[in-house]
Amino acid sequence: MAITSDVLVVGGGLAAVTAAVSAAREGADVRLVSHKASTLRQASGLIDALGYVPATEPAKPLRDGPPTAGRELDPDEWPDPEGPLADPYEAIDRLPESHPYRVVGADALREGLDLFDDLAGDAYRGGHTDSNALVPTFGGAVKPTARYPAAAEAGLASDDRPMLVVGFRSLTEYDARAFAGRLEAAGVPFDVAGAEVEFAEAFRADAKITRLAKALDHDEEIDGVPAREALAKAVSPHLHDVVDGDGGVDRVERVGFPAFLGDDRGEEVRAELADRLGADVFEVPMGPPSLPGLRLEDRLFDALDAEGVRFETGNPVVGVESASDGRVEAVAVDRKGRTAPYGADAFVLATGGLVGKGLDSDREGVREPVFDLHVEQPDDRYEWFVDDAFGDQPYARFGVRPDERCRPTDADGAVEYENVFAAGGVVGGADAAREKSASGVSLATGLVAGRQAATEANQ
Amino acid sequence: MTRHTEDDGDAGDSNGTSEPNGGRERGGCGDCGCGEPTPGVPEAGRDEQPSIFVPDEGEVPDSEAASAGDVDRAADRAATDGGVESASSGTDSATGGTDSTELDPDAYDPVDVFPGGDLDLREGADSCYKCTSCDTSCPVAEVDDEFPGPKFQGPEQWRLKRKDDHDIDESITSCSNCMRCDDACPSSVPLSQMHNEARGQFVERQMEKLSVEYIRNRILANYRTSASLASKFPRTASFAMNFGPARWAMEKVMGIPKERDFPEFATETFREWWKARGGAQVENPDKRVAYFHGCYSNYNTPEVGKAMVRVYEHFGYEVMVPPQKCSGTPMFANGMLKDARRHAETNVENLVEAIGEGADVIASCTSCSMSLRQEYPELFDLHGIEDVAEHTFEALEYLRIHEDLEGELDAAGGLDDERAFAYHAPCHARNQGLSRQAVETFRDVDGVNMEDVGDSCSGISGTYGWKEEKYEKSMEIGAEMFEHMEDAEGEVGMTECPTCAMQMEHGTGYEIEHPLQLLEDTLGA
Repeated sequence: MAITSDVLVVGGGLAAVTAAVSAAREGADVRLVSHKASTLRQASGLIDALGYVPATEPAKPLRDGPPTAGRELDPDEWPDPEGPLADPYEAIDRLPESHPYRVVGADALREGLDLFDDLAGDAYRGGHTDSNALVPTFGGAVKPTARYPAAAEAGLASDDRPMLVVGFRSLTEYDARAFAGRLEAAGVPFDVAGAEVEFAEAFRADAKITRLAKALDHDEEIDGVPAREALAKAVSPHLHDVVDGDGGVDRVERVGFPAFLGDDRGEEVRAELADRLGADVFEVPMGPPSLPGLRLEDRLFDALDAEGVRFETGNPVVGVESASDGRVEAVAVDRKGRTAPYGADAFVLATGGLVGKGLDSDREGVREPVFDLHVEQPDDRYEWFVDDAFGDQPYARFGVRPDERCRPTDADGAVEYENVFAAGGVVGGADAAREKSASGVSLATGLVAGRQAATEANQ
Repeated sequence: MTRHTEDDGDAGDSNGTSEPNGGRERGGCGDCGCGEPTPGVPEAGRDEQPSIFVPDEGEVPDSEAASAGDVDRAADRAATDGGVESASSGTDSATGGTDSTELDPDAYDPVDVFPGGDLDLREGADSCYKCTSCDTSCPVAEVDDEFPGPKFQGPEQWRLKRKDDHDIDESITSCSNCMRCDDACPSSVPLSQMHNEARGQFVERQMEKLSVEYIRNRILANYRTSASLASKFPRTASFAMNFGPARWAMEKVMGIPKERDFPEFATETFREWWKARGGAQVENPDKRVAYFHGCYSNYNTPEVGKAMVRVYEHFGYEVMVPPQKCSGTPMFANGMLKDARRHAETNVENLVEAIGEGADVIASCTSCSMSLRQEYPELFDLHGIEDVAEHTFEALEYLRIHEDLEGELDAAGGLDDERAFAYHAPCHARNQGLSRQAVETFRDVDGVNMEDVGDSCSGISGTYGWKEEKYEKSMEIGAEMFEHMEDAEGEVGMTECPTCAMQMEHGTGYEIEHPLQLLEDTLGA
């Protein structure tokens, strides 16, 4: 068997990268195997730690029995979540006991964020404080997040300078005026206006975000005018659109764009636009396709390279190849129809949750397909969810249950394999969507799983 | 793997004895000539049909007409692929569906509501949840306003096509078949397979066969034919093909950009060298590989093939060089599926024979290995095709799996004079999980500095960059790679893909090597 390493990390997202780097920094020889291009490119690029503590029980006591679909619970019977939180750390004690933060401890989150700061360098902000920042997202919501791209910095909601947000008719998923309206309704401490301008019209109606970014990166000529100049010209008539509370007109001091301001040369594009507009320029993080996610992916995979981690994407890990007395010796990697064994002293499973396909489900049950680890779930499928879409959904917390060293445990709480560790979305216990904790859970568990795997391998 | 059905496996595993009418052809093919739907009898949905491309209008592929002498062979094939080919002598598509508008509600499978194509890709279309990851990773969409992207070309167009009156959008010819969308899709939608099928249909049904574009594409796709001719007079050909006025004329008449230099033809092809050398120097019934050299290392860069042979013999392998034609990659990319099928028949037949003698198939070009491993079983249903797919490996990959390459390199002691390389991973290497193997292999070798120049596509994508109307775009896509190459320390480029190598050389003027050549040098093989 020729493909071996001390630690093999399965997965390609934030948790996998964190685990790989932490293991490598403990001196382990690390390999990372990811089935598809990293899911980071679908991520917003924001790094959340903990934004809310949602209620796990309805305000009024329920009838006896489990929270099944037939109970017709009124959504209003749920108390509002606690938050947005200013300090993510102080709220950790109020999370359920099985939450990954409670299992691995607040220090793991702190160190995970420190590691992220180190890897992201000057591309990210927020590392100077424990407090959450409030970043507007393109739906018009304001999201509490621990770290944010430098490109989003001038858009923070805690800043009170007047703001213009720019939209384009051809970007149908992003409506600047509705965005501005929702921000005002959310009670932000500044005046804001939205304007739809003509620029993206120079491209085909459904031009890809990457096409726009590339045109700005290369400052391509659009109808004879360089792209950056053309964009600034389209925006400048709207620089006085903001009307303050007294009916006066302010010149905006910052202008927000959907996140397509360049890929490789984003900083240069923003600087030039800021110069031409006489205002700070920022990006509003968007859903996929997400350039902030793509840029983060590039940066983190460069970091992997720099740490000496070997990595490959394109082939899935499909199962355990050999295991004996509580240890896994090798996993099977499917290389276009034929499996090859990948041996290691320790393994980190960071394949994501239901959406990332680290968990697989059908009507019979929810499974972890690589190591076939125990996934805690009610036997009755009707107890997987509650009627209130925004309520405490049991399925949101499905996943493998780790011990304090991040080793997955079986139904009785016993460690399944001495040398298998789990991190990120595949770990259960967090309701990441309601808590705004997905990245933090990946960082905290990735850090612990990576270190513990290295320790196990070094023995 | 969602894209393969169990039936595929059967077809691959059968060794000439499978039942010609093995159940799956019985039901539900409507008017395709292989049996009327039987009321009350459950039918295999088209999801369960084997993947296959057979020409429309019930034509028999050219090759079979040409080689009709070999009746036995054709009959044999018809028998072993479950009779699918004989079905093509019926009226319309072979595998399924029906164009009939009057379905008996008691006797049809719900999937038959959609008139069928040659491949059943419904499952793939259903898996697409429009996350646009594919669009975001498409190098063509990044530079070409007019290109609607892989999501449209794949699942969306597949749905549109279910209705008779929908032509295939011409933009399908702008897909360069880099297959990055496959790698990006989190739902394993068989995007490139959908594109290949749509492109094949477009070329077959909608493209004017006398147009300059069609003829040009066909010549480009059939590079092997031109190369084999040119290699008869390599020096003359190398001169003539790059002769200024001739190139001007080629651009004007054929749409082949004059900016490009045709690759030089070797004065001795790899196969000539192999023959002159007396074939394999190592005999070893336990360690055998069949080398699929592809066209380029045969006609243009035999030094890659020689390096492969020497390295493998160094590890004690017996190398076989079976007769072979083009892998089909340029043909898939140009929708010339009939041509590709003809070549695939020869390749599969000969490679199956080699596998029977205990060999695994090794390719030094990542597009060739991609084609044998993925596109063949996706598009064609030939006897043994799954066997070939399962036994095919890229040359360096195979050694990394089966040999202690690291130890061997360590023992060899590295290079005496330091050399630095700017390495570019071809798109088709990425899709096989091989994008980092060269960097990793040589990372710890003394005297070798290997730098990955990033994940940009080179932009040439085989024949794509050889079309006048695509030339500029191909250079725009490649611009990032050129920049990163120039930033890299090395002044020599490295890649596994011959056309990527052309583009790297064209954009930077660097000399380009194949990892096998470096392996040969470092091992002293």
